[in-house]
Amino acid sequence: MEFALTEEHRLVQQTAREFATREILPVASQLDAEHRFPAEIVRGLAELGLMGVTVPEEYGGAGMDHVAYVLAMEEVARACASTAAIMSVNNSLVCDPILRYGTEEQKRRYLPVLASGRELGCYCLTEPQAGSDAASLQTTARLDGESWVLNGTKVFVTNAREAWVFIVYARTEELPGARGISAFLVERDYPGITVGKVERKMGLLASSTCEVLLEDCRVPRENLLGARGEGFKVALSTLDGGRIGIAAQAVGIARAALEEGVAYAKERRQFGRPIAEFQAIQWKIADMATRIEAARLLTLRAAWLRDQGKRCTVEASMAKLFASETAMFAAHQGVQIFGGYGYIKDYPVERYFRDAKITEIYEGTSEIQRMVIARNLLA
Amino acid sequence: MGRDVWVVADHAAGSVRRITLELLGKGRELADSHRGKLVALGLGHGLEGLAQVLGEYGADVVLCADHPSLASYTTEAYGEVVSSLVRERTPWLVLVPSTAWGRDLAPRVAARLGAGVVTDVEALWVEDGQVLARRPMYTRKVMGTVRYVGEGPHLAVVLPKVFAPAARHEGRTAEVERVAVQPAPPRTKLVETRSVQRERASLTEAEVIVSGGRGLRGPENFALLDALAAELGAAVGSSRPPVDSGWVPHDYEIGQTGKTVSPTVYIAVGISGAPQHLAGMSGSKYIVAINKDPNAPIFQVASLGVVGDLFQIVPKLTEEVRRRKAQA
Amino acid sequence: MDVVVCVKQVPDTEQPIRVRPDGSGIEEQGLNWILNYYDEHAVEEALRVREKHGGTVTVVCVGPARASEALRTALAMGADEAVHVADPALEGADHLGVARVLARVLGQLRYDLVLCGRLATDDNASVVGSALAEYLGLPQATAISKLDIQDGLATVEREVEGGVEVLQVPLPAVFTVERTINEPRYPTLPGIMKAKRKEIRTFTLPDLGLSAEEVGPEAARVRYARFEPPPRREAGRVVTPDSPEEGARLIAEFLQETAKVL
Repeated sequence: MEFALTEEHRLVQQTAREFATREILPVASQLDAEHRFPAEIVRGLAELGLMGVTVPEEYGGAGMDHVAYVLAMEEVARACASTAAIMSVNNSLVCDPILRYGTEEQKRRYLPVLASGRELGCYCLTEPQAGSDAASLQTTARLDGESWVLNGTKVFVTNAREAWVFIVYARTEELPGARGISAFLVERDYPGITVGKVERKMGLLASSTCEVLLEDCRVPRENLLGARGEGFKVALSTLDGGRIGIAAQAVGIARAALEEGVAYAKERRQFGRPIAEFQAIQWKIADMATRIEAARLLTLRAAWLRDQGKRCTVEASMAKLFASETAMFAAHQGVQIFGGYGYIKDYPVERYFRDAKITEIYEGTSEIQRMVIARNLLA
Repeated sequence: MGRDVWVVADHAAGSVRRITLELLGKGRELADSHRGKLVALGLGHGLEGLAQVLGEYGADVVLCADHPSLASYTTEAYGEVVSSLVRERTPWLVLVPSTAWGRDLAPRVAARLGAGVVTDVEALWVEDGQVLARRPMYTRKVMGTVRYVGEGPHLAVVLPKVFAPAARHEGRTAEVERVAVQPAPPRTKLVETRSVQRERASLTEAEVIVSGGRGLRGPENFALLDALAAELGAAVGSSRPPVDSGWVPHDYEIGQTGKTVSPTVYIAVGISGAPQHLAGMSGSKYIVAINKDPNAPIFQVASLGVVGDLFQIVPKLTEEVRRRKAQA
Repeated sequence: MDVVVCVKQVPDTEQPIRVRPDGSGIEEQGLNWILNYYDEHAVEEALRVREKHGGTVTVVCVGPARASEALRTALAMGADEAVHVADPALEGADHLGVARVLARVLGQLRYDLVLCGRLATDDNASVVGSALAEYLGLPQATAISKLDIQDGLATVEREVEGGVEVLQVPLPAVFTVERTINEPRYPTLPGIMKAKRKEIRTFTLPDLGLSAEEVGPEAARVRYARFEPPPRREAGRVVTPDSPEEGARLIAEFLQETAKVL
C-alpha cells in the first residue's frame, strides 16, 4: 500500500496551491463581502485545466484522475470555499455525467466548452418539495414531436446564474419514484428556461445559488442524457463523484481554519505568553489536525476507488459525512481560538464557519449519508 | 602566501561611495591582525584624486588601473584586470562591495582563479588561522557561517552598512602605483545608462516605512509623515482608521485587511497597535513607535518607543535626519 | 534559438525553516521542495524566446534524486527536454564545483543562450551563473530585467544603483534573470500530463568524465561550518523624553546607529 503521492499528483497539488495562494487567497474575503462571482479566477482555473480535471484530453480536459481532482479541490477550497463549489459543480455534477452517460455528439458539444471554462454548467435536481427525497420530484418532461417539453421548478442550483448548460432531472414515465425519472441537457437559450431568484445565503457568498423555472421549456429530443427512465441512476452515480468533491472542499475549509488558528495562537499573547502554550488551545489544534488527516485519507481513498472503476458509494458517503462534520468542527474551534476576533469580519475564520455549514447539507445531508452507510452494512 | 587585504573601490564621478569606506574600515582591521597591507584597487578612466581619498581613508597602497576600456563596468574588462592582478600579487583577502557590478564580477573572478567566494557577507573574522564569514540564507531565515578553505586569495562580497566606515586621516597618503593594463575590448557593449528617478518605494519592498494612525487626527497631517519619509527614502502607510475615515486611499493600509510588510524599520506614528494592525507589520526588523499614550499596545512590540506629542516630535525628527544625512 | 536553463530545487521558504539543534544544517523533515522562484522566471523567459524565435528549451539541474521533480515542473511549464545530474559524490560541492559540472553538461548540448535565475532562495548566493559563464568562456549579464534578441544579438536591461543599464551582448551568452523580468506561467494540468511523457536524461559524474576530486566537496574552496537562527529582535525600550528635540534625537540615533538605515 503506497501512501505517497505520485510525482504528477504532487505537481498538481503544488500548482493548485500556488494558484490558490497567489490568485485566490488575497481576494477571497472581498469576494465574500461583495457577493461577487470570481470570473477572473474561474478563467484562471480553466487555463490550468481545473474546470474539467477528469475530462479526457480528446474532449479538451486535463485527462487526469479523481485523486488529482481532490488534491486540487482541497487547495482551492482552502483559499475560497465558494470558488471550490463553482469548480466542483462544473467537474463532478456536469462534466462527469456527460462523460459517463453522454452520446458522442453530446460529449463533443458540451465537454470542450465546459472544460475550457468558456461556459459553466449546473445541476438541477432539488425542488421545493423534493430535497432529501429527491426521487419524489415533480418536474415533468413530455415528448412532443422532436422536442421534450419540461415543466417545473428547481431550487438551490449552484452556478445557475452563470451557467450555459443545465442538467435537469424530470419525470418522463407514469411511474412514481426513481424509476420514472430521466435526465436532460438544457441550454440557457432554449425557450422556457429562466433563472429565477438568487438566494441570499449564510455562506458560499461568491457563488450563485438560484431557482430555475421551466415553463414549457422545449429541449431537442437528442438532449436526453442517458436512457429514458435511467435519470435517477445518472443522478446517483453523479452524486458519488460529487460527494468526493465536497469532501475535498470540506477538508480544504477545515485546513484553512487549522492554519489560521495555528498562526494566530503563536502570535496572540495573553497572561504573559503566546496562547499556543496553553493546553486548551493545544488540544483544539490536535483534534482539528487529526480529524483533518482522517478526512483527507477517506477522501483520497474514495477518489482512488473511483479511479479504479470500483464502486465507491459507501466510501464517498463516509468521506463526505466525516469531512463535512470535520469542517464544522474545525471552523467552530478556529473561531474559538480567535476569541472575540473570531467573530469579526476582519479575520477569515468567521467566513469558514459560515461556509462550512453547507457541506453538511448539500449533495446529500449528513442524515442521508448515514442512511447510505448503514443500509450498506445492514442489507 | 599573501597577507594583504585588498578592497576593490566603488567610485563614480570622482567620489568614493560609502561602501568603499566601510570595506576600508574592516580591511584595515583585518590587514593589521594579519600583518599585511591594506591595498585599494581603483579601476576606471580618469582616476585623478581617487588615490588621495583612498589614502586618507586608510589604504597603504592604491593600485590605479586607468584605461578607456574601464571607463564603465563590463564583466570582461574588469574581470580580466582584477583576475590578472590578483593572480600576480596573491593577496590574502579581496573585499568586493555588494553592488550590481560587484556581484557580477566576484564570482567570475573566483571561477577564473579557482578561489573561494562568499556573497552577502555580514561578518568577517579569523578563527584558528582560518577566515570565516557569516551570511543570511533561506531569505534571511537562517544565518550561515562559511569557512574559506586553503590559503587564499579569498573573495568576499560584502553587504553595505554592516561595517563601520574607516575614519578619515586628512593628509595621510598611500603609496600609489599606476598599473599598466591592456584589457581586451569586451564583447559586451554598454549602450546607455538611464538614470531612474525611482518613485517612493512600494510598501512591500520598502526598507523603511513611516506609518500613521488615528493619532494623526486628519488627512492634512499625513504631510508630516510625507516630509519625514522623503528624508528617509521611506514609503508611507497607515493603519486601518485613516483609511476608513477616508484620509488616505486603501493601498496605504497595513494590517489584517491591508498589506503585510516586513521592512528593516517600521515607524508607527499615532498608531495604538491593535492586533489587526500588528498582523501586518510584526515582521519588521525594528519597530519605532511615537504615541502620546504610554499604555498603547504598540509599545509592547516596539524596539524603541517614544511617549510624546507626534506633532512636535515628527517635524523635529525630520530636521534631525536631514542634519545627520548632511554630515555623513 | 535553442535555450538552456539551469535550475535548482530548493525548500519553499514561505514555510517555516528550522535549524537543527546542532547547527549542522536545516531540518529536512516536512520541507516542501520546489523549483527555485528565480528559475521559474528563467524558464518562463526561455519559453517566451521560443515562442518568438522557435527552437527548443532544455532545462538542466544538478541536484539529488528528488530534484527531478523541479525538472518535471519546468517540463510541465512547457520546456522540451531535461537533463539531471544526480550523483551523491556532489553532496557538499561548492558553487564553483556545480558550475563546472553544468559547463560540462552544456558542452554536450546545442545552445544559443543560457539562462539562470539570479539566485537560489536556499543559499541566496548568486555565484553559479557568473562562474558558469566563465567556464564556458561566454559573455554574461547578471540580474537582467529585460531581454530582446535580434540577429544573434541580445539587448538586455539590468538595474544598477540609481538607474538601468542597457547592454548589447552577442550570443551565445549567459544571463541571470531578476524576478521583474516576467510573470511565470503556472504549469497546467495538461502540461503536467505531457511532462510525464517527456524523458529526463540522467547523468552521473563518470558519465560526464568528471571525478569527485575535481568538483565534489574535496575541491570546494568554501565550506559551511554552521547554521544558526537569525538574531532575535532585541527587547525594546520605552522612553518619555524631556523634550520633543530629545525624542527626535533618540529616534534619529536609533535609525543611524542601530537600524543603520540613515
